[in-house]
Amino acid sequence: MLKLDTAGAKDHNSHAQEHPGQATAHSAPTPDCLVEMYEVMVRSRRLDERCWLLHRQGRIGFHISGIGHEAAQVGVAFAMQRGHDFLHPYYRDLAMVIALGMPMRAILLGSFGKQGDPSSGGRQMPNHYCYKPASIFSVSSPVGTQLPQAAGLALAEKLKGGNRVTVTCIGEGATSEGDFHEALDWAGVHRLPLVVVVENNEYAISVPMHLQMAVERVADRAAAYGIRGVSVDGLDVFASYAAAKEAIDLARAGAGTTLLEVRVARITPHSSDDNDATYRSPEEKARVRAQDPLPRFQKQLVEMGLLTPAMIAEIERRAQAEVDDALRYAENAPYPPVEWAMGPVFAD
Amino acid sequence: MSEKTLVEGIREALDEELARDPNVFITGTDIGPRGGVFLATQGLYAKYGPRRIIDSPLAESSIIGVGIGAAMNGMRPVCEIQFADFIHPAYNQIVNEAARMFYRSGGQYCVPLVIRCPYGGGVGGGLYHSQSVEATFAHVPGLKVVIPSNPRDAKGLLKSAIRDNNPVLFLEPKKGYRAIKGEVPEGEYTEPLGVAKVTRAGDDITVYAYGMMHFYCVQAADQVAEEGISVELVDLRTLNPLDKATVLQSFKKTGKALIVYEDNRFVGFGAEIAALLCEEAFEHMDAPIMRLAGPDVPAVPYSRPLQDWFMPDVQRIVEAMRKLAAY
Repeated sequence: MLKLDTAGAKDHNSHAQEHPGQATAHSAPTPDCLVEMYEVMVRSRRLDERCWLLHRQGRIGFHISGIGHEAAQVGVAFAMQRGHDFLHPYYRDLAMVIALGMPMRAILLGSFGKQGDPSSGGRQMPNHYCYKPASIFSVSSPVGTQLPQAAGLALAEKLKGGNRVTVTCIGEGATSEGDFHEALDWAGVHRLPLVVVVENNEYAISVPMHLQMAVERVADRAAAYGIRGVSVDGLDVFASYAAAKEAIDLARAGAGTTLLEVRVARITPHSSDDNDATYRSPEEKARVRAQDPLPRFQKQLVEMGLLTPAMIAEIERRAQAEVDDALRYAENAPYPPVEWAMGPVFAD
Repeated sequence: MSEKTLVEGIREALDEELARDPNVFITGTDIGPRGGVFLATQGLYAKYGPRRIIDSPLAESSIIGVGIGAAMNGMRPVCEIQFADFIHPAYNQIVNEAARMFYRSGGQYCVPLVIRCPYGGGVGGGLYHSQSVEATFAHVPGLKVVIPSNPRDAKGLLKSAIRDNNPVLFLEPKKGYRAIKGEVPEGEYTEPLGVAKVTRAGDDITVYAYGMMHFYCVQAADQVAEEGISVELVDLRTLNPLDKATVLQSFKKTGKALIVYEDNRFVGFGAEIAALLCEEAFEHMDAPIMRLAGPDVPAVPYSRPLQDWFMPDVQRIVEAMRKLAAY
């Protein structure tokens, strides 16, 4: 039987009180911070694009993309006390987990199902992130199951008198799940230090938003639970950051939960196994592609004088080099021995 | 030692663990000032207050889901599902989430969560206050399933369940809450999970049971003893992980096995015991393995004669014991 790296589980899910990373989020992103946000977006995008290629080349088995969601994810992540606050993500949160410090090598080990994949050791499908060093909890495939769990993380934090805020993410489709209703009910009743981020890309695989809900905005659903509901342009880093910062600050101050809708664009099909031409017209796909948040943010930073062509080129070079390195590393890594499939099933 | 009821054993375990470990808290419906519909948590709200004894919204999936999250943040939640019949909306959180979390996270997160749940029929509860759900959940790797049959075990096993680092479904025989009385030791003790117990030594036949059926089997074994039939009785106590060694050891001695359970017979827990005996002790078999179980109808009916038709009882167990001994 293999020895598991259960350093985290062994001490009964304790979480370090201090994290070496960023201690506090800035009320408005500093220039350095904005450039770092841009770099995270570029790194996430280049890795995401490479994964699509790797899948089409038959080198990885699956990919589920965050392209078009990066501005919102980076905005939310940088509003967190990264590594200290909890993230219970969903499978589209590539830029978010990169922003919280999950290494690219670790992510690609998961895509290849290779030994050392920290998320699950190759047990879960790709993009089912779990990375305790960054306080990232385990992604499930059935949607919305993380919501009551996130409420539980937040409830425990409140009971213990801790100051961590729990951030959890879902798509707009998962807001139809019963777990969404139940979790937000708890959140309202107990004024939990929780931010529920809904990355609304208007499609649950192929089902459009108007067949998912009869309300205009996902944020409208918040009224039923006595919590804040906020809807922002998730293609804009500044708007996403500001809304997330306010929600997180309120949660930390004891003012309860925010349902934060970030309106994003799903530029790719749902996953590597989806064909969105069966339900989106070429015109619509072109329209969605034109909403790409990455060139928009780049343009904003150039106009603010924070990015120069040389910096853009250097960031691109670093991102490509990081992807190349991670790919070499993951592809050359061994598969886990078959004993790893056997367990352990139970914790000590 | 003093004589207690089974539900008193449960309550003492909860009380002592709440006092011992500040990370233990209880949630579920009506478990607060009401003390639970069976009074398992009676007095605990007054003693520990609303931060440790938390009446939940009427929403089973999130009672478990919130428990999972709290467990991953260092707590030891004890979540009560009011009746086993109401556990099904929480199936996804229990099976897909709690039971798989340690495995799927490569050991990064474990889920030290106890799900307390009254189960079983014979109480006039009809279709939705009588169900036995152990076979459904014992099937799931990563989830421990524990069923006490007496007050001493109820207390000792529940304390172990609360201290365990895995999700434990703790099924309590509701008909036995007050009907089953027994000695409970004074002071601190625990009973280990995953260990069955030979509760009566015998030579002729082995009877495997748990929960309320074990209580009946004790009485049935007394009756047939007067006829000269020597019954060895094995209280399984934990269905998953199963104590295979104790199960096999007794069978190798008697060569004859009867499994008694009130859950539906088809694909019930008796089938697993029978398969184990066939696979690993075939050469010791002296008679066809027998199952006495609830019939394969959707649930326990309410009307008294219909309920009686459903429920295995002492008389039926006596008849099954005689038949097996005579083979």
